[in-house]
Amino acid sequence: MKPRTSAAYFFLTPALSAIFVFFFVPVLAALVISFTDFDIYALGNWANSRFIGFHNYFSLLKDPLFWKALKNTFYFVLVAGPLSVAISLSAALVLNSKLVRLKSLFRLIYFLPVVTTLVAVAIVWRFIYHPRFGVLNYLLGFIGIRPIDWLGDPHWAMPAIILMSVWKNFGYNMIIFIAGLQNIPEYLYEAAVIEGATRWQQFRAITLPMLAPTTLFVSIITVIGFFQLFAEPYIMTQGGPLNSTLSVVQYMYRAGFRWWNMGYSASIAFVLFVIIFIGTLIQLKVQRGTDD
Amino acid sequence: MTKKWLMHILLLIGGLFTLIPFIWMLSAAFMQDGHASVFPPRFFPDQVTLVQFQHLFSHLSIGRNFLNSFLLSTLVTLISLFFNSMAGYAFAKYRFRGKNFLFNLLLSSMIIPAQVTMLPLFLMLKSLGLINTYLAIIIPGMANIFGIFLIRQYALSIPDSLIEAARIDGASDFQIYRRIILPLCLPILVTLAIFTFMSTWNDFLWPLIALTDNSMYTLPVALANLMGEHTKDPELMMAGSVITILPVVIVFLALQKYYIRGIMMGSVKG
Repeated sequence: MKPRTSAAYFFLTPALSAIFVFFFVPVLAALVISFTDFDIYALGNWANSRFIGFHNYFSLLKDPLFWKALKNTFYFVLVAGPLSVAISLSAALVLNSKLVRLKSLFRLIYFLPVVTTLVAVAIVWRFIYHPRFGVLNYLLGFIGIRPIDWLGDPHWAMPAIILMSVWKNFGYNMIIFIAGLQNIPEYLYEAAVIEGATRWQQFRAITLPMLAPTTLFVSIITVIGFFQLFAEPYIMTQGGPLNSTLSVVQYMYRAGFRWWNMGYSASIAFVLFVIIFIGTLIQLKVQRGTDD
Repeated sequence: MTKKWLMHILLLIGGLFTLIPFIWMLSAAFMQDGHASVFPPRFFPDQVTLVQFQHLFSHLSIGRNFLNSFLLSTLVTLISLFFNSMAGYAFAKYRFRGKNFLFNLLLSSMIIPAQVTMLPLFLMLKSLGLINTYLAIIIPGMANIFGIFLIRQYALSIPDSLIEAARIDGASDFQIYRRIILPLCLPILVTLAIFTFMSTWNDFLWPLIALTDNSMYTLPVALANLMGEHTKDPELMMAGSVITILPVVIVFLALQKYYIRGIMMGSVKG
């Protein structure tokens, strides 16, 4: 095809200028703001903000609440991430089995939480976790577990948010895993059966390696998504009790839009970005390492 | 045989666990005040009533919030579909300088979390006087990289000969886009439309920042706000949740084939 540059630019201009002005420019502006003391006074007149270099970032290092939010977010990501991947892989394996009936119905049910509105289901779960009238404590009562104050106890609040998030999210990964499983050629398993491999050996030697690119993709998008934890603690615990569920994004939101410390808030946003970036690199690296 | 039974029992338990929150939500939404705060929990209303829904619509502004959510989701979907489809088509079927650079730049910037942009975006829209207007939601949603990527992947499979033939017949570039590309891309446009509609409908953090007045709130923001005053009213909150969730569930159930395809396509990039 001949180059038709002007027509190409005509088609690209609306989308790319929107992305440039309302995405790339704000990213750069956020970086600049993170080096200033932009606050409520600067909101009225931008001239009231000054460049303060890395001061915001140094303040973050000395801010116990920021460390708390960081710790909580890592706790959430490192537990909910693997849990979500493991559960969605298990569900996909069972649903991919030839023995199973009503596959599409189960797939639909498991996927339903994914499409629902996060805020609405977080509200539903807030009542599910109610210490006296909640469904969860009622069900746990059948196996002899005494009522737990899920959202009121600093030790249980984060596990409660993890459980709810895995419930909300695992169907999405399950669908991707099912697609990955269906791409594994059947003859590999047939050959393994002839060689006398057990189910577990087949899983270790065929399913897991063949599924590796899918698993990598799933874990990357899951971790990126989970690092942005916000609505669940905002709705269910407001970050409490005792800041035990305060997340990085929630702290960024408070600093920026409650206290109007926008310079400080922008530096939190950038730390989050760097963490997500490094987290993704590590996962890519680990994957390359296991390939060799 | 036992294995088959075991698998089905596991699936049933998993399914029940997945559905119980929805069952309880539906049941509480149709109860009188206080009837959901009981032990043991009721999975079916003792007396079915619409009083919670009446309260939401007559005393609270949930009708207005529903309208906001619906209009905004529809507008963002239409505008972004138009912009993304043009750009996706250009990336798939045109040769121009800087194409690979631009495309790779877009793809790699998908890793930047949207939260980074929110502060400057807020300041920008505030200085334009657009905070607390529909435009505050529409403007950042006009185009998105994932949408451009999805359309481009799909448009790559359209044969060049079709485009060349139309060009020989004297069709302009825009006519080719309008009369050939768009109809051929219809399935992926439907997929992208569902994605965009649902993510705009479900979005929370940006509307929470950009909309400051109850009459402008979308449903998730209104619901979060309502929760602050009604922590002891599960029946009312469940009715609000039902109203918020129902439209997206209906869209999903009606068009799930397209939605699932979008997830699959998004996962095989690279």
